[in-house]
Amino acid sequence: MLQDSPFTIAGREFKNRFLLGTGKFKNKTDLSDSIAASGTELVTVALRRIDLERHQENILEYIPKHVTLLTNTSGARNAQEAVRIAHLAREAGCGNWIKIEVINDSKYLLPDNNETIKATEILAKENFVVLPYMYPDLYAARELVKAGAATVMPLGSLIGSNQGLKTKEFIKILIDEIDLPIVVDAGIGSPSQAAEAMEMGAAALLANTAVATAGNPAGLAKAFSLAVAAGRLAYLSKLPQQKVSAEASSALTGFLFEHDHSQ
Amino acid sequence: MKIILNGKSQECAESTPLKSIIEQFCKDTRHVIAEVNGAIVKNTAWSEKILTDGDSVELVNFVGGG
Repeated sequence: MLQDSPFTIAGREFKNRFLLGTGKFKNKTDLSDSIAASGTELVTVALRRIDLERHQENILEYIPKHVTLLTNTSGARNAQEAVRIAHLAREAGCGNWIKIEVINDSKYLLPDNNETIKATEILAKENFVVLPYMYPDLYAARELVKAGAATVMPLGSLIGSNQGLKTKEFIKILIDEIDLPIVVDAGIGSPSQAAEAMEMGAAALLANTAVATAGNPAGLAKAFSLAVAAGRLAYLSKLPQQKVSAEASSALTGFLFEHDHSQ
Repeated sequence: MKIILNGKSQECAESTPLKSIIEQFCKDTRHVIAEVNGAIVKNTAWSEKILTDGDSVELVNFVGGG
């Protein structure tokens, strides 16, 4: 069996390369069941104003203590707002891992790479472990490396769209050129899409909407985790190249219906 | 006096400590993060932080997110 090196971010080792987002779950039981079924060791959460008119359950009660929390900066429209959210998250005493998410477009929810780079630079200097969510652009990814990012998280397709790896060729470039783990995030709608990302060498994969809105979230969470592991194993096994023409699996000689007409 | 609490005007008594407001509105105060006028107030300082008229208080906590 092939030996895999552990997936490591900022010195922390993860056996499971499937990361789960915690938004949109119909109830907290579905969330905790999905965490357990997938075996994920890293989940994302967000920060919001407390609703003062109705009691909200504390989501952290449903996340086991061994699971690393990665707070996203969703709601931030620029670097300054992302930094503010990161400071709030650290104050809550849940660690210093932050997923930078700077979005200033409400239709497509595309990340602003420039502001993301600025926020990464500020927060990395403040000793945050910074995982920036970005549009897969090689120049921006290089700037994120210089800024002190711990990983780079390119989007597969639009957030919540379930469209899969629309940016596949550009993510491939990042995998080839960027010397940090590439974690594919956003738009991954099925386990086959997750496996595809891992087969091409992504270090890990994050899904949320697909799992949270599935008929059976825990079932799909497990399927995602298995697909991520399968895709990783395929990558390590060095997939053969695709060919334009056919190549028979058995020798094209010795067919049973062959007759020697020379006699 | 009036304060702005999570964007809404809220009546409260003079010299109310931040801690009282948090306990009044949050059943579970663990992981609540408080800002007064844009500056984070550590939970160890909630009792000492006395609110004054017009203060803007933000209370946030963790929710599901991707």
